[in-house]
Amino acid sequence: MNQFQYVRPTKQKAAIDALAKDANAQIIAGGTNLIDLMKRGVMAPQKLVDINKLPLNKIERDGSNTRIGALALNGVVAEDKLVLEKHPLLAQALNAGASAQLRNMATVGGNMLQRTRCHYFYDTALPCNKREPGSGCGALEGFNRMHAIFGFSDKCIAVHPSDMSVALVALDATVLVSGPKGDRRIPFIDFHRLPGDTPQKDTNLEPGELITAVDIPDAPFTKNVHYLKVRERASYAFALVSVAAALNIENNTIKDARLAMGGVAHKPWRLTEAEKSLVGKPATEETFRQAAEVAMRGAKAFKYNQYKLKLAPNSIVQALKTAAAVA
Amino acid sequence: MKEQSPKQSGAIGEPMNRVDGRLKVTGAAKYSAEYELPGLVHGVLVGSTITKGTIKSIDTRQAERAPGVLAVITYLNSPKVPGFAERDHPAEPPTAGQPLRVFHDNKVLFNDQPIAIVVADTLERARYAASLVKTQYDQDKHQTNLEANLDKGFLPVQAKKNPKSPLADYQRGEVDAYKNGATKLEAEYVIPTEMHNPMELQAIIAHWEAPDKLTVYDKTQAVMGTQRAFAKDWGIPEANVKVIATFVGGAFGNGLHNWPHETAAIIAAKKTGRPVKVVLTREQMFTMVGYRPYTWQKIGMSATPDGKLTAITHESVGQTSSYEQFTESTLQQTRMMYTSPNVTTRYRIASLDVSTPIWMRGPGEATGAFALESAIDEMAYAVNMDPLEFRVRNHTDTDPDNGKPWSTKYLKECFQMGAERIGWKNRKQQPGAVRAGDWLVGYGMGVGTFGAHRGAATVRARLQKNGQLVLQSATTDIGPGTGTAMVQIAATTLGMPPEKITFQLGNSTFPQAPSQGGSSTVNTVGAAVQDACIALRKKLQQLASATPNGAAFNAAKPEDIVISEGHLSLASDKLAKAAYADLLKQNNEAEVEVVTESKPGNDRDKYSMYSYSVHFVQVHVHPLTGEVRVKKIISCADAGTIINQKTAGNQMMGGAVGGIGMALTEGAVIDDRFGRYVTKDLADYHVPVHADAPNMEFAFVNKPDPHVNALGTKGIGEIAIIGMAPAIANAVFNATGKRIRELPITPDKLI
Ligand SMILES: Cc1cc2nc3c(=O)[nH]c(=O)nc-3n(C[C@H](O)[C@H](O)[C@H](O)COP(=O)(O)OP(=O)(O)OC[C@H]3O[C@@H](n4cnc5c(N)ncnc54)[C@H](O)[C@@H]3O)c2cc1C
Repeated sequence: MNQFQYVRPTKQKAAIDALAKDANAQIIAGGTNLIDLMKRGVMAPQKLVDINKLPLNKIERDGSNTRIGALALNGVVAEDKLVLEKHPLLAQALNAGASAQLRNMATVGGNMLQRTRCHYFYDTALPCNKREPGSGCGALEGFNRMHAIFGFSDKCIAVHPSDMSVALVALDATVLVSGPKGDRRIPFIDFHRLPGDTPQKDTNLEPGELITAVDIPDAPFTKNVHYLKVRERASYAFALVSVAAALNIENNTIKDARLAMGGVAHKPWRLTEAEKSLVGKPATEETFRQAAEVAMRGAKAFKYNQYKLKLAPNSIVQALKTAAAVA
Repeated sequence: MKEQSPKQSGAIGEPMNRVDGRLKVTGAAKYSAEYELPGLVHGVLVGSTITKGTIKSIDTRQAERAPGVLAVITYLNSPKVPGFAERDHPAEPPTAGQPLRVFHDNKVLFNDQPIAIVVADTLERARYAASLVKTQYDQDKHQTNLEANLDKGFLPVQAKKNPKSPLADYQRGEVDAYKNGATKLEAEYVIPTEMHNPMELQAIIAHWEAPDKLTVYDKTQAVMGTQRAFAKDWGIPEANVKVIATFVGGAFGNGLHNWPHETAAIIAAKKTGRPVKVVLTREQMFTMVGYRPYTWQKIGMSATPDGKLTAITHESVGQTSSYEQFTESTLQQTRMMYTSPNVTTRYRIASLDVSTPIWMRGPGEATGAFALESAIDEMAYAVNMDPLEFRVRNHTDTDPDNGKPWSTKYLKECFQMGAERIGWKNRKQQPGAVRAGDWLVGYGMGVGTFGAHRGAATVRARLQKNGQLVLQSATTDIGPGTGTAMVQIAATTLGMPPEKITFQLGNSTFPQAPSQGGSSTVNTVGAAVQDACIALRKKLQQLASATPNGAAFNAAKPEDIVISEGHLSLASDKLAKAAYADLLKQNNEAEVEVVTESKPGNDRDKYSMYSYSVHFVQVHVHPLTGEVRVKKIISCADAGTIINQKTAGNQMMGGAVGGIGMALTEGAVIDDRFGRYVTKDLADYHVPVHADAPNMEFAFVNKPDPHVNALGTKGIGEIAIIGMAPAIANAVFNATGKRIRELPITPDKLI
């Protein structure tokens, strides 16, 4: 690990100033991802701006939104009464992530910004365009079992590993950020990027910007929801594929639907076309199969992740079945 | 498991609490990395980033200038290890070949091979400076893929020299007779590389107390083997090397060899004149301390239509390094487990540009059992017979390998106990016929066996004036509860309360004992403890007989003698008493001491000795997502006398969970283009977590084997895992109709 400076501002403005002053500064929240990356030499910030003294951990109502502070802990959000009542899908997704110990350290802001778990990104002896632009993509012709089937480029086929973000994109959340140029709101669906030619950029956050909160609008997805995570052990593993499914069912007819996948793309993958195909249909396995087919259009796999072409649609069907309580 | 009474008699069989349990859970137990020596400094290894070739240049200048750095050692400036230069085969290796000669030359033999060690005053500074070492290489083409190199498999050197070696080709009856069988099958099985990954990272503190006197606090399963190895390396008397391994935080076999980081630490301590601590990182645990080797197997099998095995051919090729020939007994059980009149086995190894493998729990046998017990299940299906019935039909009452009787064999009892408990009668032969909600339900079983080995060991028993008994032997305890078992054996032999007895281990200055491996510690050291206790009592009796009121002692039966605080007495005669002070005066000693060696007798020639386990499992498999959940495990063991029901149960539980990992989650992957592991931390290499461990039940036949030793023990550690992976794979087949012959059984293979 490099030598680095460490500051712990108590005011939001001071944090933003500290970031603005130093291009190589990095925010640290729970540190559960950043510290690992620093120890392995993947990231080497010159300065750490510890934001834990900022008052950003509240979970509160804001009009018809639930506002969750960027420093709210994953474990706390997952058990929050408001969240459980209004957005149970989010609670399920959070509880599917990492382990209890990690969730008690990890923050909402940090979770969104956690970096890919691609093996080539993590090993500084191997090529990775995300870590070292221009060095090549090790995964493209390598061990790409965990990798993308949607939205990848020839520069990068990594996936975003967050579970929470899959639920947030399905729930139409908005990210609130504050930076040197002021505050702005970024729809969650536009927050993460596809790799294109700049895989080093995970998100559309600008340098010096700080996430302050996420807003989740009220919606009638409180009952028929399910977050399904398929992984290689029963707990404490990243998703091979995950599905966030939310349905609003009246008289066995789907009035409205939300669907997103994790483990399949460089960003949490919202499935708007599949959602549309669900609306107005009866909540049956047949309907879900059709939606899964729509969802999978354009998917393409690599040598070791062919299985995702089958696992992903199967998982969509299963998640929708569970959400709708269809046996 | 039964609740225990607070007062423990320590009798053999009692589920006594671990004697070191409190030390462990309170953190008071000291592991290798935890010793604080004056002047201690920290070493961090720099690993090669190529797989094969030579170091062209290595620039250490920047690292040397970094704050706190004492030395940067490479092959260019390393103190010469006398044993490296003088001998082709330096330290007596547990495997044939040439253990890696650390910092000896510019050759790179595997990826992440240590090519430098940076020593600094703090770990952080050493680690930072290590990142500043810049190396250039000349690369050669490497081979890291076993399946691409199966044709390069060769007979290990031991088998070439000695056709009687268990590793040599084996033939009973006709060669490859399965080819002409009535019902036959032929199938290939693959297990990936598996990593031991104990909780405790490999660690050593090396301290030269004088130029020819070395002390190491070292994570090892063999304090005496380590002592011999380093004495040879450095050309010093064995007595000048002291090895301490009082506590070992799990090892599963990776402490059965001495590894490059140990030598690197000793070199660094030599160079700097300071005690040097080296603790591996988790990633280094994948590249430097052995693993269960990637192994390909093929089985040919035939049976009569009514389910009698007629022939088995079992071949295997396991990977080894380019510099050592690692071998294990993958095929042994195929020769002795079933009645088949025709058996052929062929064992090969293939050299790759990887580090050397090492025995991992249930070594070889666990690998072989995956193929054999899967094939048995396949054959049972081929003749449409219940796999349990099929095994009973092919059960053998003598060892078909050599015609000898078994010392004891209660395998059928295990079948019965397990089948009842799992509810085998609920199993349907037809795959996929049982459901629980969305999930498919399957039942499976697998058998494990392992030799009931016993070696020679010496134990010192010392009765102190205060009535405390101290036992010493240079064995280790990597977690099974060795000390606890030894205390119970002594307590039972002498009728003493366990709290009056201490068993000391993990120190090379103690009397001789072998490494802790091969499920043989209780068989070997336990027998020696029993013998030492008997000898001690005899000596006490003799001493007591010579005291003024000694007649009663002289006439007493040994079992009648009671060792109490301050004096010896007789259970049958309240008046007979001999004070230790009086006994000791006779010999002018402060304590009564005996040192006893115990060895196996010639029963070894007359009988075949094995432990057995039978694993029954119930799994659920999700038809859409391919997830497998092990729902229930019942393991029954014929392991001879059970010394402690609780720690024996712990052993079975650990083995069962290891078996779940082998079956469902574990496998370390190398990207062959680079020759480098890509799954090398506990997030990417999946050991089972709590949520993967189901309801487990363990049952022991608990009948003594009179031929292994007087205690009647046979060993548990290995059979706990051997046969578990095929039991799970067979259950998956029963649930889904899918026969997975390549581990681990991950969801992608089932959808
Ligand atoms: C072994 C392991 C298993 C895991 N398994 C899972 C899993 O199954 N599913 C899953 O979803 N996650 C998993 N995780 C990841 C975990 O969820 C993340 O590490 C965690 O959410 C990161 O939060 P943090 O607060 O610790 O972030 P940090 O490590 O502190 O920061 C991460 C990044 O976010 C930036 N950042 C943090 N807060 C802000 C802010 N407010 N504004 C701007 N930038 C910010 C930091 O600069 C840094 O770049 C796992 C992690 C580990 C170590």
